Amino acid sequence: MISRIVLHICILLVFAPLPLGVINKTKALFAGRVGPPLLQPYYDLARLWRKGFVFSRTTTWVFLAGPVVGLVVPLLASLLIPFGGLAAPISFTGDLILFVYLFGLARFFTAAAALDTGSSFEGMGAVREVTFSCLAEPTLLFGLLVLARGAEKLTLNSLLGPQLFNQWRSDAGASLGLILVCLFVALLVENSRIPFDDPNTHLELTMIHEVMVLDHSGPAFGMILYGAAMKLMVLGGLLVRIALPFQTGSIPLDLLVFLGGMLGLAVLVGVVESTMARLRLPRVPQVLVGTTLLSVFALVLVLR
Amino acid sequence: MMVWLLLVGVFLITTSGVFCLAVSRPPVRERIFCVQIVIGALLCVWPLTTAVAQSGLSLELDWSVPAGRFELGLDALSAVFIAPLLLVVVSGAIYGLRYWPSAEHSENAPKLGLFYGLISGAMILLLLARNSVLFLSAWEVMALSGYFLITTEDHKEDVRKAGFIYLIATHTGTLALFGLFAVINQVSGSGAFPLAGSLTGAGSSLIFLLGLLGFGMKAGLMPLHIWLPGAHAAAPSHASALLSGVMIKTGIYGLVRLTSFFAEIPAWWGWMILVLGAVSGILGVALAIAQHDIKRLLAYHSVENIGIIALGLGLALLGRSYGEPALVLLGLSGCLLHVINHGLFKSLLFMAAGSIIHAVGSRDLDHFGGLLKRQRWTGLFFLGGAVAISGLPPFNGFVSEWLIYLGVFQTLKSTSSALSVALLAAPALALIGGLALACFVKVFGVCFLGTARTEASARAHEAPPTMLWPMAALLLACSWIGLLPFSLRSILEQAVVNWSETTPTLSLGGDLAPLNMISLGGWLLLGLLGLTGWQVQRRSASAPADLGTWGCGFSFPTARMQYTASSFADSLVRLFRFGLWSHRQGGQVDGLFPKSKDFSSHTPDLVLDRGLTPTFSGLAWLFTRLRRIIQNGVAAIYLLYVVLTLVVLLTLVAY
Repeated sequence: MISRIVLHICILLVFAPLPLGVINKTKALFAGRVGPPLLQPYYDLARLWRKGFVFSRTTTWVFLAGPVVGLVVPLLASLLIPFGGLAAPISFTGDLILFVYLFGLARFFTAAAALDTGSSFEGMGAVREVTFSCLAEPTLLFGLLVLARGAEKLTLNSLLGPQLFNQWRSDAGASLGLILVCLFVALLVENSRIPFDDPNTHLELTMIHEVMVLDHSGPAFGMILYGAAMKLMVLGGLLVRIALPFQTGSIPLDLLVFLGGMLGLAVLVGVVESTMARLRLPRVPQVLVGTTLLSVFALVLVLR
Repeated sequence: MMVWLLLVGVFLITTSGVFCLAVSRPPVRERIFCVQIVIGALLCVWPLTTAVAQSGLSLELDWSVPAGRFELGLDALSAVFIAPLLLVVVSGAIYGLRYWPSAEHSENAPKLGLFYGLISGAMILLLLARNSVLFLSAWEVMALSGYFLITTEDHKEDVRKAGFIYLIATHTGTLALFGLFAVINQVSGSGAFPLAGSLTGAGSSLIFLLGLLGFGMKAGLMPLHIWLPGAHAAAPSHASALLSGVMIKTGIYGLVRLTSFFAEIPAWWGWMILVLGAVSGILGVALAIAQHDIKRLLAYHSVENIGIIALGLGLALLGRSYGEPALVLLGLSGCLLHVINHGLFKSLLFMAAGSIIHAVGSRDLDHFGGLLKRQRWTGLFFLGGAVAISGLPPFNGFVSEWLIYLGVFQTLKSTSSALSVALLAAPALALIGGLALACFVKVFGVCFLGTARTEASARAHEAPPTMLWPMAALLLACSWIGLLPFSLRSILEQAVVNWSETTPTLSLGGDLAPLNMISLGGWLLLGLLGLTGWQVQRRSASAPADLGTWGCGFSFPTARMQYTASSFADSLVRLFRFGLWSHRQGGQVDGLFPKSKDFSSHTPDLVLDRGLTPTFSGLAWLFTRLRRIIQNGVAAIYLLYVVLTLVVLLTLVAY
């Protein structure tokens, strides 16, 4: 038991920044550049961790609480979600709601930390973050409801269990496809990727998440980046598991499929970012309402 | 014996303000008042715990009032409502010592104390009453004391107006309740409350609708919430805490108790409450986001939370209609736990808001800013309350919302396809949660973070310990429920059994078991946060902290450049434009060198300001005109009226 928890956390901690490297490499390939090395996110984190903190005189302890919660929450949420064949260490009826609400906690503190600087840029980012994610949240829940209908249990372990394979081949396959699309959109919103947000520019008025963390520096900024990478991995894990529902029964093999799926997802995100422009801000809520409606269709399909 | 102890406690609380009217020296008077309430509450605690552990307490006495005997009862269902009440009453009384001292408010402090005790005692009595006459008497005492609490500062115009609207609303509700209990008396044959599950179908729809009107008005369900925002904003903060945290729950208690009387529940009851709950939840929080007045904002959040509570109750009713015991258990436990939770964190938030108002002297959010540096503890307590009310782990709001979610998910397993429509409550709850989070990020950020927006805010001081300790106690209770939720498991299960005797007890065991895991999750979260926070704190201790926030090269930032409450809410308010209809004025700039421009936005209440007020002023105008025509002072015309009436009556008699 203990060894499996340790393995679970190690996979998360070690593997999390890699998909970011893959995304950047994919984007570079599309742009015809060589691009940074695959392991660049690791170097960045190491460099930031060695630096010192700098604080504005406006800030209070809440400014540090943002990065701390942003780092701890994905770590805890990862314990609720299975990685491939490796079952989630903590699993109980209704854990999926804890999973969703934990990210709410992170959002609360990140946005509060942004407001703590007293800068209007960061206020702007905080507003956009909370606005868009309260629209993304119903989508996420509809998706989970569809999965729960198939599993007839309310733990993430069984939601993402072996029955998914048969579900794809049954009538429910269409709705699984729909929620896969919806969850992909939710993943892009939650992880502030193009077309909703651009993680590479920091000071355009159109930015959301990145403008919130503008004033963080050194290790605090490193924690935010690391937390974001883990969040991508944890939420991505949900998608990968639905998209690749094969289970061989041997843990190492399943893990390989899972990690391979994560890298595939990263490539997909990279392709989307290279081929799409960022949406205008008023379009974002419209897209999110659209995905919510799509996920309602998916739910109706499994309920009928 | 226990019952008498309880009655002595209630008596002490009720009369806490009466005796001190005789004492002339304000400090002595205040202390007597406070001590009496604390002793009264302590006396109630023991009977409360025995009532939960055993099957309950009851008392029957003869009295000379018609319609039955003087009947009291204390079961787990009543205990769930009384327990948070006692905590809020005591902490509010202690808080009031410094928040509303007689020395500074000599003209209205005695009045406030008198009615504070009276309303508290009346509420406990009404939760204990098992007789309709006793219930209604306690209800009226509560309603009228509430009026005097709201109009404490009756020299202010808007306070008088809020009190007036409250008075109309509460008496409309009471009127419905008179009808309700008249019908119940007729059906059951006595003034005593019927036993749980003893009433059958006769007249049940009428009873339910009357109850929904009367109790829904008090609870503040969405179209009936008109009195709530104004009233809660007008009262002194600790009285608002009592009104908003506890008094509106008596409406919920009424609905829960009323529905327990029936053996069978028609499905439309559950659907109706579920829909009203979803509407209250979403529109309540949307209206809250648009507010600038901190107490009005908190009041709208009560509408939202009543919506969440109604969602739980609606699910439980549906569970009874469709015969799903798990749904009954999870829905009602979620409903009742949220009643407790909302009582705790809403009172905490009102008191923290009171502490800010005390320090800055304004209720407008845009007059605050940067208060966390000067009000460390108030800020911490407010943050705790904000996290709790947004339904985030590891605080108590999460636990009750989680129970309601589980109830919603339970409908997935049901074979009835009609019931699966209730699934839509889950995304509604998610939307409410997301919006509440946005709203409290706004309030906490605008009040406590950034830099001070006004002189008064820059010179703000921390509240005295007398005001801080009550808040600390409430926050402690919030985190206790959040971190050890299974300690409330037995009382919740017992209350569910009290509510619906027909639900088989044996199926109740397993469904609340995951509360242990929620608790584990909460502790894990807290531990990890503490560890990481401590590490980061240690590493950052020596970092430079006297630099300005980076302003993109602009080096003269002012406090006015920060995001304000209105600008924060703007994008969300625009999303809900279809339901809010905010006024927006000005703000458009043109040309290269625009002159200074003003922008203001205001969101009136949907039902009161947009619906009722125009309708009633239209009616008043119409009737004035009619009266001028009919009552015109010509004696001959009056004689004509008499003749016409006579003719009509004679014709009627002839047929």
